[in-house]
Parts: sequence; structure tokens; C-alpha cells
Amino acid sequence: MPRRLTPGPFTAAAVATLLAVALSLALRAQEAHRPTPVAPGAVLGPLPTTPADRAAGAAHFAAHCAFCHGPRGEGGKGPALAVPTLPRAADDAALVRIITLGLPGTEMPASRLSAPEIAQLAAFVRALGELPLETVSGDPARGAQLYAGRGACATCHTVRGRGGPLGPDLTAIGRRRSAVHLRRALLEPAADVPQSSMPYRADVSLPENFLFVRVTTRDGRDLAGVRLNEDPFTLQFRDTDGRIHSVVKADLAALRKERGYSPMPAYGAVFSPAEIDDLVAYLVSLRGTP
Amino acid sequence: MNPFRFTAVPRPLARPVRLRLWLAVAFAPLLASGLAATARAAAPLDVPYARLLRAAATPGDWLTYSGSYDGLRHSALAQITAANVKDLRAAWVYQAREAGGKLECTPLVVDGILYVTERPNIVTAIDGRSGRALWTYRRPLPSDVQGCCGPVNRGLAVLGDTLYLATYDCHLVALDAATGRERWDVVVADYKTGHSITGAPLAVKDKIVVGISGGEYGIRGFLDAYDAATGARAWRFWTVPGPGEPGHETWGDGDGWRTGGAPTWVTGTFDPQLNLLYWGTGNPGPDIDGDNRPGDNLYSCSLLALDPDTGKLRWHFQHTPHDVHDRASNQIPVLLDLELGGRLRQVVVQANRNGFYYILDRVTGEFLLGTPFAPMNWAKGLDAKGRPIVDPAATPTAAGTLVLPGMGGATNWFSPTYSPQTGLFYVQTTLNNGDIFYKMKQRYVPGAPYLGGDFRNPLGQEPESVVKALDVRTGALRWEFPLNTASMAGLLSTAGGLVFGGSREGWFFALDARTGAPLWRFSCGGSIMANPITFLVDGRQHVAICAASAIFLFAL
Repeated sequence: MPRRLTPGPFTAAAVATLLAVALSLALRAQEAHRPTPVAPGAVLGPLPTTPADRAAGAAHFAAHCAFCHGPRGEGGKGPALAVPTLPRAADDAALVRIITLGLPGTEMPASRLSAPEIAQLAAFVRALGELPLETVSGDPARGAQLYAGRGACATCHTVRGRGGPLGPDLTAIGRRRSAVHLRRALLEPAADVPQSSMPYRADVSLPENFLFVRVTTRDGRDLAGVRLNEDPFTLQFRDTDGRIHSVVKADLAALRKERGYSPMPAYGAVFSPAEIDDLVAYLVSLRGTP
Repeated sequence: MNPFRFTAVPRPLARPVRLRLWLAVAFAPLLASGLAATARAAAPLDVPYARLLRAAATPGDWLTYSGSYDGLRHSALAQITAANVKDLRAAWVYQAREAGGKLECTPLVVDGILYVTERPNIVTAIDGRSGRALWTYRRPLPSDVQGCCGPVNRGLAVLGDTLYLATYDCHLVALDAATGRERWDVVVADYKTGHSITGAPLAVKDKIVVGISGGEYGIRGFLDAYDAATGARAWRFWTVPGPGEPGHETWGDGDGWRTGGAPTWVTGTFDPQLNLLYWGTGNPGPDIDGDNRPGDNLYSCSLLALDPDTGKLRWHFQHTPHDVHDRASNQIPVLLDLELGGRLRQVVVQANRNGFYYILDRVTGEFLLGTPFAPMNWAKGLDAKGRPIVDPAATPTAAGTLVLPGMGGATNWFSPTYSPQTGLFYVQTTLNNGDIFYKMKQRYVPGAPYLGGDFRNPLGQEPESVVKALDVRTGALRWEFPLNTASMAGLLSTAGGLVFGGSREGWFFALDARTGAPLWRFSCGGSIMANPITFLVDGRQHVAICAASAIFLFAL
């Protein structure tokens, strides 16, 4: 059986307990219902979002989806669902349709849950990738000036297609990362750089797979940058000047993978605490293309 | 490949020939060997049992899942060699009908025609010269079939003029090999109770042997044989013994045996002289929580030796008693005659998912050798009878237990190969794939996943594969070739001194069988999760591999 991916931080016992409770709930629910699939294209009202619906949706997810998509939708042998935009489900009706009918030709089967259960599940999935807008103390306008000015953040990061390519895109970072997470990323940039890659991802250049590499070629050149892709024979990376290098491993004298390393400076030494607040406020406000 | 070879006829005839070709393709079901009238005369397909017995001696075809009954996945073809493999190039690429998803198929090749399975439930005959489809069989797949790992299919069996397909929704279908038309269709099991089939059937004498999947769904495993002519079931061997049968006592007093798993999802091997069928069994259910199945849980995680005429068990060897880490023993059992301790022994060799390399006497099942071929922390070794000395600290708990190898195992379903030329056993091995196993109580619901827990790989663990070459007599490592990430590609060795393999990133490559040096590679552009094969087309050696949703063919 294929394997599961690296989870984010969590307490194992809490997750195991939650899963166990969720699973028993879900199995009981499954026994109580026979499948009554939603007809494709059926007109849907808003997805149910009461706390009870959310708990039920979480239970359905743990029982039927987490096996492939990860316990928190972080992805596994199925794609990550904790993302702001689901490529195959532009709207709620499409999401419900996919869960109901499955995706022919893929490993995604048709669900045997009832229509109300699928609606709860869809609401849960929809919420996985989206953080609510937080109220933070800083001034986002001043934060934007710091981002563009003294922070020189755009050297490495892009917002709506403007900026440097080295770091993760920040266009919708406010939907994906909390203020607490963003503050820590500014003060300790390496804290959330993964120690290992998501092994079953073809797309190794995902932010979740951020890896800084240093190579020495057999003719004595030292190069370094962020890995874009890698296979048994070749390596592709982008250097700090934005140039893309593709090397054959047989031509390298040394290859070092700097796990847990970030080339980003720690901004506690650059900005005052109030300025950090402003920058966090700006980042939290970045919620995608207006 | 010369593109004109296909229509190598006198110029003036070019147009009529093309027309006739078009007609032949259009009416392929009617004119199964329609090309006979023009460029090539193909006799009607006929693969009697006697031809299957000679498969290793007729390497121009690829007649069974592993190429020959002994499971070596070694070819006597030697046109492609370590010296000239650098000139290997793509002859054609066949794109699967349904885009998306992975092909895990080992094609069969008979007289220059490939017979492949595409997902879901599609069979296509492909002309080896051109890569053009000659006929296609499609069978609708219900949308609610559940399986742990998707609607894949690993290939067909052929016997006489009939192809045999075992479907994801658990039917066994007989097809006229000339046309792809259905002859009969029987139900092996109910897919709604979590059964599925992903493996290739095996034709033995006048029977078709079919294994079952569903070890993650609490099925009760079995191995079936069907009359090749009629589809009538000839026998069923329950891999979890029922009340009153020997081995039932290894499941405790409760009902755990009813959901005991032990599926038979990878094709086995066969010794015609001993008249014994060798077949591996998968994990007991639920995978991770063993509380309701106290005991060894026979015949899960075992190798079975069965009489192919009756389905009666001759002997068994259990690699992993009372498994709680999904140590399915479904890896190919490779049948060899080896000189061991100054004596020629008939043995069966297996590199097991649990991390040990085993040599058993294949007449008696006697344990002859077992040695680790991958890092592990779940067992401290094997005792004199080959039983693992399990580390209790590796038992899954609610809080989580880090175990190496992880859920995917030290190796898995993808085929190993043995080369008589080098005396080396080649197996793709996964390293650094420890998982945290979480045990949790789960109630069985028919048709729903039944793992009794969860598993995740922890930070700092980045699984990677290596191709390992082991001394077949000792299991000692001779060389290894590192791959970047965990691969699910099988291996093929050839008398040309080569080992072919594949990577998750899509490289198809050839290594020097003696040294492991990489000699050739081609990027297929999508994950390789299939086994390579080799065969002749027009007397020239070709090599084929499935990658992502395409089939690639290579020749000098």
C-alpha cells in the first residue's frame, strides 16, 4: 500500500483520539443511511455550517477521506485539500458532485454517504484550506510599505505576480497561514522549513517541499539555490539571482541538501516589534486576487 | 525503428495496401489477423499449456505475468547488451484511452502483438510494429468500487486462444484473443464488501488461478481456480481457515477470522515438475490493531504451496506471524535450483516486504536461510526456524510507534528478477521509510476501510529506493544503485547483461547487471509503477514499460 505524507505539527495522542471518535461516529452514521446520491447538477443551497455539521463533516472526513488526503487534508496519495483553491471544484456544487460520483479513471471512488452527509463533508473540505480573516493589531498599510521598502521582501517573494521567485508566493498567504504562524516565520524563518520532502509529490517545488541545495561541480564551481526538481540522475534549482540550473548528478563532486535551512533573514533584527505587527497585518490581509 | 518496415511492399501497391490496412484496422474484430493479407502473415493466436511450459526457452514472447512459471523475470534475449544499450531508442508510445491515472500493467506478448490492460477494465491488443491498437475491449466499471489503491490492473493471462482478465469489480472475464470479444464472465466476489482484484491471473494446465484484494477492507481472503473453458469454479482455498479447519485456532476464540484478510493480490509462480503452485498472502485484518485476532493468524503474511489441481495446501511458511504493520508476503516467489551447502536444492527465494530475504526448500517449505536486506527496527532477527524475533516496542499504540520499514515495506508488489548469468537477485528496496503507526479501535462495516489505525511518515524520514543486487545464495549485498525517491517499478534482467528498472520521476533505465553502473536512461515523463518486459518484433529485441498512462517501447 502506498504511504502517507509528512504531517504538520500536532499531538499524536490528540489526533489518534479524535480520529477514533470521529471514525466511530462516521461508521454509525454510515450504518444508518443507505446511499441517496445527489443528482449531478442538482441545485444546491449553501453548505451546512453549524458546529454539529462541522463535527459530522470532520467525522466523515476522518473515516472516508483521510486515508488518501491526509488527516488534515494536507495531502497523501490523494492531492492536498487544505488549499485555498481546489483545482477540480471551483464551486460547492462541483465539490459535492466529485464526492458523490467520484472521479472516473482516478483512485477517487464514488461516496456511499447520503446526500446530507456529503453536504457536511463538502463544507468541512471547503473550510480546510481557508482561514477566517483575523483581526490583528498592526497597520496593514504601513506593513505594505515595510514589505516593499526596508524589508526588501519582494526580492524573493511574489504578490500577484510581482517580485522575486525564490521564496513561496504570498498572494493568498492570509488564507493559508495564521498570524501566529506568520509572526514566527518572520522571527525564525527556518522554524517551518520542512525537514523532509513530501515523498510522493511529483511537484517537488511546492512550498511544502522547500529545500535549499548546494552543489560543487567536478570542474570546481560552487552553486546554491532552491530545488525545483530532482530525480535519480538530474537536479534542477534556482539560484539567488533567479537563474535556473539543471545539472547531471554524475557531473557533481558534491551535493548537499540543507534540510531545515532558510536563506531568509530573521526580521527581528531588522524591524521593531511594532513594525513586525504591521508586517503581519499586511500578510494576513493578503487573501488572493481581489 | 524503420517506419516503412510496416508497409514494406512494392511501391505501386502502396495505395491499395494503405486502404487495406485501413480496412483491417476498421474491421479488426472481423479480421483479427487482417494484416495477414498484406505485410505480415500472423497465424491465429494459440498458446496451449505446452507453450507456457516452454516460455523461458521461447523468449520472443512474454506469455505470463512474470515471463515464465518460475518467476525469474529474466530473458534469454541478448541482442541488447551492455555495449550497445546506449543506442536504445523509443520505437513508439501508446497513450491509454482514459487519460489520468497510472498503468501498472505487465503486457503479454504473443507473436508480436501486445495484450495490455488499461484502467478501468479496458483490454487492448497493440501491434508491436506500429503501436496501433488492433482491438479494444471495454467493460463498464461501477463507480463505487472501493480499493486501497485505485482501479489498477497488472495484466492478463493467456491460454489457448483466450485471454483472461480479472476486473477491479471482481469478475473474471474470458476474451477471444483474436477479437477481444467476451466469451464468458463470472463473478469472483462481491465488490460491495470491499473485495477488488488488481493482479494478473495465472493459467495453469486447464485452469485460471485468480487472487483477491481487500486486505484493508476486512475481507476473508482466498485463492480461486476456474475452468478455463467454462468459467466454472474448480476450487477455492480460504487463506483464513474456517471453524474445524487446521489453522483456525490461530485466530483466537472470537470472530476475528471472519475479517481476517490474507488477500492474494499478486500473481504467484508454478513448478510443473513438483506440480506445486506458490502464492503469497497479504496482511491480516484489521491491519494495525491485532487485539481481536490473538494468535499467529494463519495463513496471513505467508507463502503457500498448493496443489493446482485441487487447491489443497501442501505446505506453508509464515514470514510474519500476527502482523500489525501490513507485512504482506505477496512478493513474487522466485523458483530456483541452487547449490547450497554442497547440495543442489530446489528452493523458492523471496525478498519480503518485512525486510528479510528468505530461501526455503520448495519441496517441503523448510527454512534454509533468512537475512535482512533492508534496515528495520521491528524484529531483532530470525530464529532457527525462520520465525522473526519481534521487538515488542514496535507494536502500534494509540500514541504512535515509529516502525521501520513503514507501511510500504522494504519492498512491495513490484517484481524482483534473478539472472543466472550473474547469480544475483535484484530487488528494488525502499529505505528510510519509517512510519508512525497509530492503533485505534474500529468497528467493522462491510465495504468500508478497516485498518484499525493510521500511519504517517514522520519529519526527517524521506523514503528513497535503491536497486539492490544480492548474492542469491547468501543475500549479501553486491552492489546498489540509489534512486531519488521511493519507486514502485519492478526489474527485468536479460542475458545481454542488463537490469532494467524505473523511477518514480519517470526515468526508465538500464544498469550493468554485474556492477550496477547506469548505462542508459530515458525520461518517460510520469511515474513508473510497473514491471519491464522484453520480447521480439520481427526478430529484433524490444523492451517495454508502462509509465503514468502510457506504454513505451524501445529497440536498437
